[in-house]
Amino acid sequence: MSFLSFLEWLAETSGSIALHESRYMYLIVLTVHVLTLCVFVGMSLIVDLRLLGATMRNVSVSEMITRLAPWIITGFIVMVGSGSLMFYASPVDKYENLFFRAKMGMLVLAGVNIWIFFKILSRSISEWDLDPAPPIKIRLAGGAGIVLWAAIITAGRMIPYQQYWFD
Amino acid sequence: MSLLEFFYWLEYSPLLVEMRSSPWLFPVIATIHLFGLVTIGGSVLIVDLHLLGFGLSHQPTVQLARNAERLLLVGILIMLATGLLLFLCFATKYYYLAPFWIKLTALVAVIIFTFTIHRRVVMDNERTRLSSKSVAFTSILLWIIVALGGRLIGFP
Repeated sequence: MSFLSFLEWLAETSGSIALHESRYMYLIVLTVHVLTLCVFVGMSLIVDLRLLGATMRNVSVSEMITRLAPWIITGFIVMVGSGSLMFYASPVDKYENLFFRAKMGMLVLAGVNIWIFFKILSRSISEWDLDPAPPIKIRLAGGAGIVLWAAIITAGRMIPYQQYWFD
Repeated sequence: MSLLEFFYWLEYSPLLVEMRSSPWLFPVIATIHLFGLVTIGGSVLIVDLHLLGFGLSHQPTVQLARNAERLLLVGILIMLATGLLLFLCFATKYYYLAPFWIKLTALVAVIIFTFTIHRRVVMDNERTRLSSKSVAFTSILLWIIVALGGRLIGFP
């Protein structure tokens, strides 16, 4: 079974049809998805700006990360949950949508950026934890995070507008 | 000129007619509006969660609030500039939408509240625990009304 035929099967399940045809449920899920941006991307933005040395320069990077991580992770779980429900409502349309594909690709890149930060860059954290502006490679990771989240929000917002751009 | 006539005049001014004829300008401005949402959301939460004893709760309040206030101002500027453009695109439609007026009222209220009562409590080193929690709670509640109102305006 190809991935597309799996998605076609998924689109025929009663849950998917119910969500797709619902008067309010889809809009509620979308609202949760958009408003959780404040928690997830809002908090990530503050951490990334700290890595850039642009805000909270008197707070150590490790404190920013450990104290805000529970909120960022909870926000991320809500984002993925509500996002998955929206995908489930119209899996084939989403799969064929170029903005959706771009968004998924950039999400992987954002994940790689975070992985590089925690696996490689943060090894030397004791040297720059208290620096008002961390070294250039750390600032680059923070900057890349901000650019990627902005691009992901943009691609997500454009998903319903595919026909204006490409068709 | 009544308010509705004024909105009509704005909506059908040459610039706005031009803007609506572009298929991509509205979603692009709406996207930048979301950047504002994220900036405001982050800077509001960092201070209000602190006041409620979460997040950066060990940091000195005044310094944290000063840092966050700069970000908040950037966020508010992005929101007002893009929000005004979004509003002008369909001003006469919004005139009849209850969520629009609710949002606008809550927005004016939260901006005044943030820079008067909220600010006074945050900048006062003698603040009580009760006053900290009540201003944080009020601020979060008002911003949620503003955000939900905004979301409802866009509903079909």
